Amino acid sequence: MLMADVAFDPAAPWRKARSVALRPEPFGALVYHFGNRKLSFLKSKLLVAVVENLAEHPSALAAIDASGVPDAQRPAYVKALADLARSQMIEPQEPAP
Amino acid sequence: MTAVLPQRPTGGRLIDQFEYGLDAPICLTWELTYACNLACVHCLSSSGRRDPRELSTAEAEAVIDELQRMQVFYVNVGGGEPTVRPDFWHLLDYAIGHDVGVKFSTNGIKLDKARAQQLARTDYVDVQISLDGATAEVNDAVRGAGSYATATRALENLAEAGMKDFKVSVVVTRENAGQLDDFKSLTDRYGAQLRITRFRPSGRGADVWDRLHPTQQQQRDLYDWLLANGDNVLTGDSFFHLSAFGEALPGLNLCGAGRVVCLIDPVGDVYACPFAIHENFLAGNVRSEGGFQRVWQSSELFADLRSPQTGGACTKCAHFDACRGGCMAAKFFTGLPLDGPDPECVQGYGETALAARDLDLATPKSSIDHSHKGPVRGQPTLLGMPAVPPVKICDESPVAGLDLR
Repeated sequence: MLMADVAFDPAAPWRKARSVALRPEPFGALVYHFGNRKLSFLKSKLLVAVVENLAEHPSALAAIDASGVPDAQRPAYVKALADLARSQMIEPQEPAP
Repeated sequence: MTAVLPQRPTGGRLIDQFEYGLDAPICLTWELTYACNLACVHCLSSSGRRDPRELSTAEAEAVIDELQRMQVFYVNVGGGEPTVRPDFWHLLDYAIGHDVGVKFSTNGIKLDKARAQQLARTDYVDVQISLDGATAEVNDAVRGAGSYATATRALENLAEAGMKDFKVSVVVTRENAGQLDDFKSLTDRYGAQLRITRFRPSGRGADVWDRLHPTQQQQRDLYDWLLANGDNVLTGDSFFHLSAFGEALPGLNLCGAGRVVCLIDPVGDVYACPFAIHENFLAGNVRSEGGFQRVWQSSELFADLRSPQTGGACTKCAHFDACRGGCMAAKFFTGLPLDGPDPECVQGYGETALAARDLDLATPKSSIDHSHKGPVRGQPTLLGMPAVPPVKICDESPVAGLDLR
């Protein structure tokens, strides 16, 4: 199955893709995918924290909450993660063995 | 004196963030040598002869190490003709081995079947073959006799080797602006991708700009063509001045010089952009203490460039948010003020500004010129017969310069 076929489920566990590097920038971070050579941007430091925290949480929503995203901004963060999933910058955590 | 740095806003559009610069460039061009087998009439870097002070292999490796530390994920390598450097293939492997991807531009001179196969096997490398005419006639007038054949042979070799995503890179001129569809089908034929960029009056380009830069009508046609075909064509975001026609073009509509873009030239000098090889835009040298990182992060020139433009004629224009005043290099090398309109301003303000220039004022000329001094095989004929300037005036005519009145 292609990664692009994975729909973004915020209740599922996600992580920063293994071939992705984050470069800190004053406004957030630059995201680079070494595999498909796509470049993207995280437009806030909070979003950087969410992406970096993904792997430690059982769901994307849990990572959003644990990172201190204000309730009002939750939908915007879910949408940002969905965009990152579509461009393969984040990927599903592998199911536990 | 301490400069008061403008305060970066929090949040908002990315373009506003980019205006204040980044911790490392996104798009770094690195010209490896001024040596070139060709003598294109519009060469942006006035290349031809190697400079004896060019970075050694070890120095180039040190630059790559630094780019890796700064997380510059890829570089655009050019020249001159980068592949004529004997250590080119080594540096390519070295960069890729250090997480610095390479896109290199070449006229194709060294891309034989074996090199094409080597490139096809290598991940993380992109190749751009320069071609400035969809026919040999149009291309060779600008790039030199035989250069179309060299480029298309390289394209054949890459296609045959199964190379993916290689590019045909075109500088749009008055001569080839009508060939965009032809370029697209030529590119498709090789399974390549078309990349078109703006012609600037930089380097030897200044000498032929009046004659080669697209007309206003061609700019309009190009804009319409980009809106229709833009998704399948790369532009390096170089046509952002056309956004003032109306709809914004995809990509960064902002001059990235010193903000997200810069140039490292063959001797290690760092300029604000590849089209600005002139002392006014020289920020430092990678050989100096602190290396490239210090130049990028601390040079006064780059700090200046990272301030949003607040004054000048353009800020009062209704289209300023679309084009942001256009290209710094295009203005500079046509003798226009940097806070005024681009010489190719699509609203026509550039033409007015050009006409209003003080004719006694010479346009700024770069002192950095590595052009071939003698004749070059296949020399382009755009300007009539290939000319080697006479050493003495009487070499041309025994009575030249004589005033017999």
